[in-house]
Amino acid sequence: MAEWFVAKAAEMSDGDRRIVTAGPHEIGVFFKDGAFYAYSNYCLHAGGPACEGLLINRVVDLIAADRTYHGQSFSDEMHFVCPWHGYEYELKTGECVGDRKLKLRRYEVVQRGEDVFVVA
Amino acid sequence: MDMPRSEVRDLRFDEFSVAKHLEHASAQARARNYQDFLIVDVDSHHYENESYKDLFQYIDNPVIRRAAIESTKRPGRSSMMNSQVGYQDTGGRITRHELRKYEKAPPDTHRDITMTKLWMDAMGVDYACLFPTPMLFLGLHPQVEVEVAMAQGYNRWLCERILSAEPRLISMLYLPFNDPDAAYRTVKEFGDRKGVVGFMVTSPRYKPVHDNAYVKTYALLEEMGKPISFHAAYNWNDQALAMTNRFISVHALGFMWFNMVHMTNWVINGLPERFPRLKVMWIESGLTWAYSLMQRLDHSYMMRTSDCPSLKRRPSEYMREMFYSTQPMEKPDDPSILEATFKMINAETQLVWSSDYPHWDFDLPSVIYDLPFLNEQAKRNILGGNAARLFGLDPTPVKKIP
Repeated sequence: MAEWFVAKAAEMSDGDRRIVTAGPHEIGVFFKDGAFYAYSNYCLHAGGPACEGLLINRVVDLIAADRTYHGQSFSDEMHFVCPWHGYEYELKTGECVGDRKLKLRRYEVVQRGEDVFVVA
Repeated sequence: MDMPRSEVRDLRFDEFSVAKHLEHASAQARARNYQDFLIVDVDSHHYENESYKDLFQYIDNPVIRRAAIESTKRPGRSSMMNSQVGYQDTGGRITRHELRKYEKAPPDTHRDITMTKLWMDAMGVDYACLFPTPMLFLGLHPQVEVEVAMAQGYNRWLCERILSAEPRLISMLYLPFNDPDAAYRTVKEFGDRKGVVGFMVTSPRYKPVHDNAYVKTYALLEEMGKPISFHAAYNWNDQALAMTNRFISVHALGFMWFNMVHMTNWVINGLPERFPRLKVMWIESGLTWAYSLMQRLDHSYMMRTSDCPSLKRRPSEYMREMFYSTQPMEKPDDPSILEATFKMINAETQLVWSSDYPHWDFDLPSVIYDLPFLNEQAKRNILGGNAARLFGLDPTPVKKIP
């Protein structure tokens, strides 16, 4: 395992990301709401660049207590979307939203002073 | 709550390129040695609407030509082309639909050729059969004469501007099926043009394929040795499909529905007996529909042979002699289910790989190459060999994988 330089912390604004090639690994590093997240950039579906698509909130059906449907909205749960086919992953966990048993490989992010590294 | 953001559009649009977008596909192509064998894509697309101003000049009828050209001046308002509700880019999540406009292409080559060859090389494709995008719904146009005029203009434009200029691009040309005589004339006029490997019927339409009016066209195609194909799409205004409330629903059902109707009519009315040498291909319905329909029709056939006296064999036996494009290929968790489907349709000789690129649910060649139950020869047949034999293509690979 080695530490691979990602960016200066100050260079990454909220919602920003970097794609890091670390030996055989290709890793998407996100900075969102004060935290870093790093996942494999290979979609579990067809191998697409999973971390290079939109960041978008989860869509939810609005179901009332009486179980009637009242439209759709966005929740607070943040997803990133593989741009090839639209597979969605939860930013905080790397879980594939369509089947939570499936998860992208997660990588550790460490900050040393102003420098951000990913461990791979 | 954070609202959806568009980081890719805001931050990376000027870096977008097809080759970059498909970099992982190129890595797959190199790792699997696609450069060693032929890959033919029997169903891919361009966006002919981006060329309407040029394309409409090729319409013979002067009145429709003028109206069509005028309509291009009012994008988003009145148009000569019918359309369908359908957010195929999943609310912008499929980013290439928006970003592809930023691809830089040289001015001396038609942009469609440049864009198509970029993804072909990136995936490892040697030849691509190119189809339109908005015109997939043209069979639902309320004016038959407009379908005929648009088909004629598109076919001539495609032959003269695209197919004649790039030998790696081929097409099964649009048949204006709502006018049977025009369909016949289309085969007569374009059947021998460079790059024309067959003719395509867009499936959403409401004229049955067994109508006697089409017999002369089928006979001509059979004589010329050119396949007829049925390219699936949906019609959200269809009375049954109008009950669905999400695109996923109308897409899942609609892309099977019309081909199931046409296939049923084709077989039950004995067209395979009347045109035994006519090659028939079913495009973009996936595979499970055929697996299901074979069993449904066989089951009823044995009890109701009087309904279909032209048949000398079970319906599935005729269906097993037709061709099927792969995409969007269903991939059940248990591969034995898919293996049974392949066996049912005699995949080793009848299945032909397709990408549907750049549409939202495209497939890569690895959907076939990575299947555990196929040997190397079967993989190569499905990925290119079967199509090369059907279309008469040189089997020597010509792609340049980056």
